[in-house]
Amino acid sequence: MPVNAELEQLKQAWEQGLLKKTLVRNPESKPEFTTGSWLPIERVALPSLTTTAEYCEKLGFPGEYPFTRGVQPTMYRGRLWTMRQYAGFGTAEESNTRYKYLLKQGQTGLSIAFDLPTQIGYDSDDPHSTGEVGKVGVAIDTLHDMEILFDGIPLDKVSTSMTINAPAAILLAMYLAVAEKQGIPRAQLNGTIQNDILKEYVARGTYIFPPKPSLRLITNIFEYCTREVPKWNTISISGYHIREAGATAVQEIAFTLCDGIEYVKTALAAGMDVDQFADRLSFFFNAHNDLLEEIAKFRAARRIWAKIMKTKFQAKNPKSMMLRFHTQTAGSTLTAQQSDNNIVRVTLQTLAAVLGGTQSLHTNSRDEALGLPTEESVRVALRTQQIVAFESGVTNSVDPLAGSYIIEELTDRIETEAWQYIDRIEELGGMVNAIEQGYVQKEIQDAAYRYQQEIENQTRVIVGVNRFMVEEELPQDILRVDPHLQEVQITKLHQVKEQRDNLAVKTCLEAIRRAARQSETNLMPFLISAVRAYASLGEICGVLREEFGEYRESIVL
Amino acid sequence: MVKKIRILIAKPGLDGHDRGAKYIARALKDAGYEVIYTGIRQTPEAISRTAIQEDVDFVGLSLLSGAHRELFPRVVQLLRSANADDIVVFGGGVIPESDIPYLKENGLAAIFTPGTAISEIITFLENTSAKGQA
Amino acid sequence: MRGIARAISAIENELPEKEALIDELFPYCGRAAVWGITGAPGSGKSSLVDLFIENKRRAGQRLAVIAVDPTSPFSGGAILGDRLRMQRHATDDSVFIRSMASRGHLGGLAGATADAIKILDAAGFDLIIVETIGVGQSEIEVVELADLIILILVPGMGDDIQALKAGIMEIGDLFIINKADKDGAAKLKTEIEYVLNMPSAITNLPKPPVLLTSATLPEGIDTAVQKIDECFQQLVHSGELRRRRNRHLQRELNRIVMQKVRALLDDRYNLTQALGDWVEQIRSADSRPYSLVNAKIDTFIKELNGLC
Repeated sequence: MPVNAELEQLKQAWEQGLLKKTLVRNPESKPEFTTGSWLPIERVALPSLTTTAEYCEKLGFPGEYPFTRGVQPTMYRGRLWTMRQYAGFGTAEESNTRYKYLLKQGQTGLSIAFDLPTQIGYDSDDPHSTGEVGKVGVAIDTLHDMEILFDGIPLDKVSTSMTINAPAAILLAMYLAVAEKQGIPRAQLNGTIQNDILKEYVARGTYIFPPKPSLRLITNIFEYCTREVPKWNTISISGYHIREAGATAVQEIAFTLCDGIEYVKTALAAGMDVDQFADRLSFFFNAHNDLLEEIAKFRAARRIWAKIMKTKFQAKNPKSMMLRFHTQTAGSTLTAQQSDNNIVRVTLQTLAAVLGGTQSLHTNSRDEALGLPTEESVRVALRTQQIVAFESGVTNSVDPLAGSYIIEELTDRIETEAWQYIDRIEELGGMVNAIEQGYVQKEIQDAAYRYQQEIENQTRVIVGVNRFMVEEELPQDILRVDPHLQEVQITKLHQVKEQRDNLAVKTCLEAIRRAARQSETNLMPFLISAVRAYASLGEICGVLREEFGEYRESIVL
Repeated sequence: MVKKIRILIAKPGLDGHDRGAKYIARALKDAGYEVIYTGIRQTPEAISRTAIQEDVDFVGLSLLSGAHRELFPRVVQLLRSANADDIVVFGGGVIPESDIPYLKENGLAAIFTPGTAISEIITFLENTSAKGQA
Repeated sequence: MRGIARAISAIENELPEKEALIDELFPYCGRAAVWGITGAPGSGKSSLVDLFIENKRRAGQRLAVIAVDPTSPFSGGAILGDRLRMQRHATDDSVFIRSMASRGHLGGLAGATADAIKILDAAGFDLIIVETIGVGQSEIEVVELADLIILILVPGMGDDIQALKAGIMEIGDLFIINKADKDGAAKLKTEIEYVLNMPSAITNLPKPPVLLTSATLPEGIDTAVQKIDECFQQLVHSGELRRRRNRHLQRELNRIVMQKVRALLDDRYNLTQALGDWVEQIRSADSRPYSLVNAKIDTFIKELNGLC
């Protein structure tokens, strides 16, 4: 809100004068203009920060509270964001090949995609896994698969992000076991597990257990890594999927930060000190279409989290207040029609993420709406990042859009709206309660419905889909996962089961069961022993399913 | 006359992305249909039994995980073996065009790929019902 | 299974063959217990029904569930999502779940539901659960088709006491406070027990029990089912079940009569169209509602008499 009354008056004069005349002859294309998330957007923004005090309170300097301008003082001048393409499909062998290709093409970190059976704790031979093995990610049944996955990839040189949630503890255990075999000390391991169960209940659907035991597992991971794997990001609190499910930009950050609040509360309740674990919390956001809104969104998110950590949780270490995040460009905005256009969309979304100060980025490939990316498509996606990084010049100054009147206004507006949601959810008793009551789901669904209606009635233009369409043959060259792969994987699994020490496995599983029943016990050491003995993911999750129960969806439209 | 067209919207397999399915369910309700929505993680067996119990006219399957070649025909198969092949099965999601002939050969009446307008789906439903009604 | 489903559809679509079907099945009805479960959206009644099914299946019973949801008055469509919470029973041969929308049934929603119950009863199910939201008049009528009515409430929904005073409270045989793990559950129990200070106005049963459950934990489910069964047994032994069922039947006959008469008037005199004309008459020719209708009815009766 502009504070300068004189300027405000001059603007009004301009509105009554030149603007009015112009509108009579050339009306604007719409009666009202909003951002992609329906926030009102000014025709002509005016300066809002006029004093040094205001600047320091709202913006500050990069690397300093409230971190609006970025979490590092030098940002990309010091080090570019990590170019981290999410990848994985089929068998561990095939994925290993793709990872090596990406690293060779200049990618700087790995991001592992697991198939749905793995994400939901089923082995490849489980009846639930029919047709799903290796389709949306790599199939991992035992440590054996994990060893193949990272064969020839030095875990002390490469940081690895694993998109795994419900069984995250087990996959982390496997990763630690692989590192062990490579002779790498845990203290040197760099990486992230997504490990964010709350968003699964509202947006992504790959949950296994109910909230309470899931939060226990998450806390176990926090504790274990604080001691044993200090450089590991124990959670990637995610808004990406919430946005993909149809949420607005405001909802995306509000619900994500509320999830964050819940995790912090849980860890504190388990006896940890906030500054012990909070610096290893990381976030994951979406980079959507509306460039201005997105940049403002990221800045607002940093400011809000900093305030939450300082004021609500009394963190003392500045690192505990920093919102570090990975970004992925918005998959749901990409079209099957005229799919080359997606390269352009991803470029704009990349720009949003970079101007928004992301620490790490995945860019989608143009064939997103058709299937998993081909080698060529994913290379173009990676090049998009590299071109922005090396050719566009936007990395030369930190938070370059700071001070843009509209950006600062939008940042403020998004922050205000987000706080309303955060307060509301506090009133409802926190995120777990809000989810139980269906509040979060309803907000997301209503936004999704509104968005889609706009596309149907063409008030929201999607180029190539509801305007500027052509008759076309959709590309035939898309990646296909070999369906026989399921059999191959099952054979492998059975071989491992034959060759391992089955008595040891049985003992380990029983130990997990006993430990699961004692809510004060940290499950990690038991999981590590079991994976070392080549117990399968399905076997371990089977025990946990029996002990913890299964979550069942209950909220509807 | 209070005959209503009943449609089951189902998500087979493990895929948890339900934004599309939920949108379709709501839009079809707004278009006057009775929609039974059973949520995510339904087995083909549960879907076919539900379709029969609810005596639906149509089953709409939504899947984004690539398992459509295995799971969609299975639903059709189960309905057939229960003598319920008058129930029309259609599908949507992330499905390559080149898979559509295979799916149609295996009993899917229509496949709606990303970007399809809801009006197209409604036209399909209306035309198919008009044909079906004696 | 298909046969049952098809029969229920015939009822819902008011196909001509439905009357013969119901009459034919009638002698086989009366074996099944019918529970009516009602509660506001968000009270967790579908989750409770899911757990009741589990409990009864363990006891080897065959169950059917009719889940009623409102039809949109604007579009005429409906989203029927209650069964989502019971879907783990979808592949159990001994469980039949059917979702019904309130539509705009001529015989009323209660008519269609009553007939659906008969089909399931004749099909041999031991227990039929009818689940509704119980807010509209038609939904309340549906609940009255049951042998035994269970009301689900939750603490902290604000308008509990108001709901207590609305008609729905008077017909409850048993009250369940779900989400009993939340604050206010004990308080709500006390409040309800206070309001229920006298024996149920409709029956000679003692004060209705008020139970606590949590569908999410889960807790209190086995006790609840046990209590419901006990209530049911009391109804049987006191003869109240027979009396209730006779009352239901009487209401049903009344519904059929009304429906038939209305159909007759529609058929013979195109009543729906005529009503529109009468509005015109009242507006333009200054006719009055009662005198107009009385005159028209006189004419109908004279014509009918003339025909006899």
